[in-house]
Amino acid sequence: MRMAVTRGFTGKRRAARPERLPPGQYDTGSDWPVLTAEATPDLAPEDWTITVDGLVERPHTWSWREAHALPGSTYFGDIHCVTSWSKLDTTFGGVSVDELFAVAGPLPEAAYVMAHSTTGYTTNLPLADVTGGKAWLAWEYDGRPLTPEHGGPVRLLVPHLYFWKSAKFVSRLELMAEDRPGFWEQNGYHDRGDPWLEQRYQGDP
Amino acid sequence: MTAPVTDGTVAPNPWTTGRVAEMERIGDHLVRLRLELAERFAFVPGQHCVLRLRAEDGYTAQRDYSIASDPADPLLELMVECLPGGEVSGHLHDEARVGDELELRGPIGGWFTWTGEQPSLCLTGGTGVVPIISMLRYARRLDLADRLRICAVGRSRTELPYADELLAAGAFVALTRENLGDRVASPPYPSELEPLLDGIERAYVCGSVGFASYAVRTLRELGVPADTIRVEQFGATG
Repeated sequence: MRMAVTRGFTGKRRAARPERLPPGQYDTGSDWPVLTAEATPDLAPEDWTITVDGLVERPHTWSWREAHALPGSTYFGDIHCVTSWSKLDTTFGGVSVDELFAVAGPLPEAAYVMAHSTTGYTTNLPLADVTGGKAWLAWEYDGRPLTPEHGGPVRLLVPHLYFWKSAKFVSRLELMAEDRPGFWEQNGYHDRGDPWLEQRYQGDP
Repeated sequence: MTAPVTDGTVAPNPWTTGRVAEMERIGDHLVRLRLELAERFAFVPGQHCVLRLRAEDGYTAQRDYSIASDPADPLLELMVECLPGGEVSGHLHDEARVGDELELRGPIGGWFTWTGEQPSLCLTGGTGVVPIISMLRYARRLDLADRLRICAVGRSRTELPYADELLAAGAFVALTRENLGDRVASPPYPSELEPLLDGIERAYVCGSVGFASYAVRTLRELGVPADTIRVEQFGATG
């Protein structure tokens, strides 16, 4: 279709637009907008566990204490929300998902992951997007415990994909042979969600 | 939300052009736009759309906005709050005029939707009322208004979008900074919300992050089960 030029629109934020901002995104600065589809649960760290199961050799569950005994890992970088904001230079602390998979042992046929939350929220990801140092379980933001509004005590962090993939209150990683849509994916959002390709909605190439 | 239900259309339509057919600036912070789309898209009440502005050289900026119109309305209505320094909302408020062309894509979101099956309560703060207006207009057209109860919270009658339409439809309006008739300025009291909860199967909460957390807490304290509450909250995005 013909793209409509908006009369009089010049774009006041573009001067400050860094190259690291994916298409259609803007820098939210120090704000961190909260987007959640449900009531935020009251979840004490001692009641939280993370399970890795499905197509793995050794299904395993870690408590808060056991997860913290794994080698720690930090992400320093940017996050991108499908609602068009990006937040630059964030710091998250936690553990690499690779550490959990090293224990559980994904089977060769595992190709996708469904992340489940204590609330029933789900999101699907290709296995390759959560392995090789690309995904974390995060329990700290900016050196402080992750707050419930941002998914604390523990959220999944997959910063190279749109942020709805980074499931808040994550409690289970289920490895699967076939992809199946999670919560937002059933509600119109993309199965992969790469911000650099603007994979926002189902049907986006 | 243990059993997510898809109420809406799953994939949004491609980008289309929207021509500003009508617009109204309301106070210092609101602008109501009625857009004529080159390609209309079907949606259900509660869904939103993406609005994109394009400069001469191809630079674009886009934001999500809830839809206020009834799906049967030939025009698509948005109510945009102008935020300080807002790149998109500022343009719409200060510069846009009738006849301008924008780009639109929708519908987005299949969760915060209501199509009349469940008796529901909507508890909204400020511009969080916008998607509920779509539900209200839809309900009135289909004679389903008895299944939709609304408590709209706003600072003042001029700052609360659609205040007159809400009051005329019998919605409960709670103003926090000025009196409304006999009602002294205050957030809604539990005793004011309680009668609205009788028989409801679902609650919709929409507003700022602060409002949504207050609203969910209040509903939970009144005994509304967490898994019947659907939330749409927005941060400051200009």
